[in-house]
Amino acid sequence: MATLGVWRHLVGARIRADWQYRTSFFLFLLSQTVIACLDLAVVAVIFSQVDTLAGWSGIEVALLFGISGVAFGLADITISQVETASRHIKAGSFDLFLLRPLSALVHLSATEFALRRLGRVLQPMVVLIGALLLAPIDWNVERAALVVVSVLSGTLIFGSVWVVTSSISFWTVESQEVANAFTYGGGLATTYPIDLLGTWLRRILTYLLPLAFVAYLPAARLLGRHQPLGLPGVVAWATPLVALASVLVARAVWTLAIRHHRSTGS
Amino acid sequence: MQARLYVEVARRTYARISVYRSATVAGIFTNTVFGFLLAYVLLAVYEQRPEVGGFDAVDVVTFTFVAQGMLMVLGMFNDTEIADRISTGDVIVELQRPYDHQAWWAGVSYGKAGYYAIFRGIPPFLAGALVFDLRLPSVQGAVAFVLSVVLAVGVAFGWRYLLQLTAFWLLDVRGANQLGWLAAQFLSGAFVPLVFFPGWLEAIARALPFAAMLQLPVEVWLGRYDGIGLLGVYALQAGWMATLVVAGRCAMARAVRRVVVQGG
Repeated sequence: MATLGVWRHLVGARIRADWQYRTSFFLFLLSQTVIACLDLAVVAVIFSQVDTLAGWSGIEVALLFGISGVAFGLADITISQVETASRHIKAGSFDLFLLRPLSALVHLSATEFALRRLGRVLQPMVVLIGALLLAPIDWNVERAALVVVSVLSGTLIFGSVWVVTSSISFWTVESQEVANAFTYGGGLATTYPIDLLGTWLRRILTYLLPLAFVAYLPAARLLGRHQPLGLPGVVAWATPLVALASVLVARAVWTLAIRHHRSTGS
Repeated sequence: MQARLYVEVARRTYARISVYRSATVAGIFTNTVFGFLLAYVLLAVYEQRPEVGGFDAVDVVTFTFVAQGMLMVLGMFNDTEIADRISTGDVIVELQRPYDHQAWWAGVSYGKAGYYAIFRGIPPFLAGALVFDLRLPSVQGAVAFVLSVVLAVGVAFGWRYLLQLTAFWLLDVRGANQLGWLAAQFLSGAFVPLVFFPGWLEAIARALPFAAMLQLPVEVWLGRYDGIGLLGVYALQAGWMATLVVAGRCAMARAVRRVVVQGG
């Protein structure tokens, strides 16, 4: 709980600091919203050419977009700051985070917190609410619970991907861009029904890098679709377990990475 | 004639960035992953129809991998190299030196483009060719493409220079810069080829300079222009390059007259 208090303090300071440069803040907030809108525009452009994609209608893909977008956005605002680790390692300032009586991860994500990233959550939230209202979902308590659980689990899965891929920079600082393939690439992959991906990519996203659990499997269950992976429908409820496993893996990798850290001399 | 100086700037920039080998490998990996994801998404459209706006399935997959290879060549991301010098006030030193500020940075852009064309442009395409059927241009087509890319780099540079000069007026240029490149990426067809856009949006996109950065060169690769049509593409690209470069010079002239630079 003490950690939470410190986090709130640091984040508060950060928000006040950003607020000093208001024009820049709003431009940045706008650009984050535009990023989210462009992702949606790509979907809209594709659906201007076809009515269904891999058997999914526009509104059904919007549901995927909403779940994946909100989960991605929440992870983006809370934990994506971990990707700045490479910059701090290069500059030698990462040592600072190790010296404080606070988890380096919590400290880093609080120090680099940016309220503008809210732009990444708000727009997918609107899409998600719209899709939940309009999609042909046969509502019951289980399905309503599944929406909440899958968004939160998705946040944890994306967050874990961010932590694991950013840990690479403890071994090689120049390879930061590999992380983008998994984080932003993961965001892109989960926006679409994974049936359209090649079999090999689909297997990787189900069993190795469990992004199919973020939006695809829960959405398929909500819509009452057959799980095309040949898995029983109830597998959608494995999402929180997958999230838990991801967090544990991320934790282990991060701890290992920190232990591997060697400060730059100058 | 100072042209030799700017060529030397380009050469040195090439040498400078070629040191970061693992960054190059990492970037290739990322471009390749995005190439595959976008290719599969667009291919799903072709399960229902044989062509979109004159592009068949092979065209669109080829487009995706060529486009991924061109992103770094064009430098379509938020670098703030020019703006940083403005924000810190170091630009004053640059402006006092006996060379042209804009031409110097154009040299930097072309140096990077040369390196990235070879090391970031070709590998994602080869990776894509392992899995998909991709279209290769004829020898003449390849030459036509290279020329079109050279012009496209100039158009992208003109846009980059303009965007970063906003640092004279804004304290933090990153938001404006990011917005500018997002618009450029989307409207140049970097995510989805412009032929997928609804008619009205495609018309708007083609009337803007961004199509000259990516959509047009890749269409040249796909062999969609010859003779007069190809000359028309070059003329359009050169026109946009000239327009943006002149706009950049005007903005700079204005900034020099009106703006107080940060001192230190």
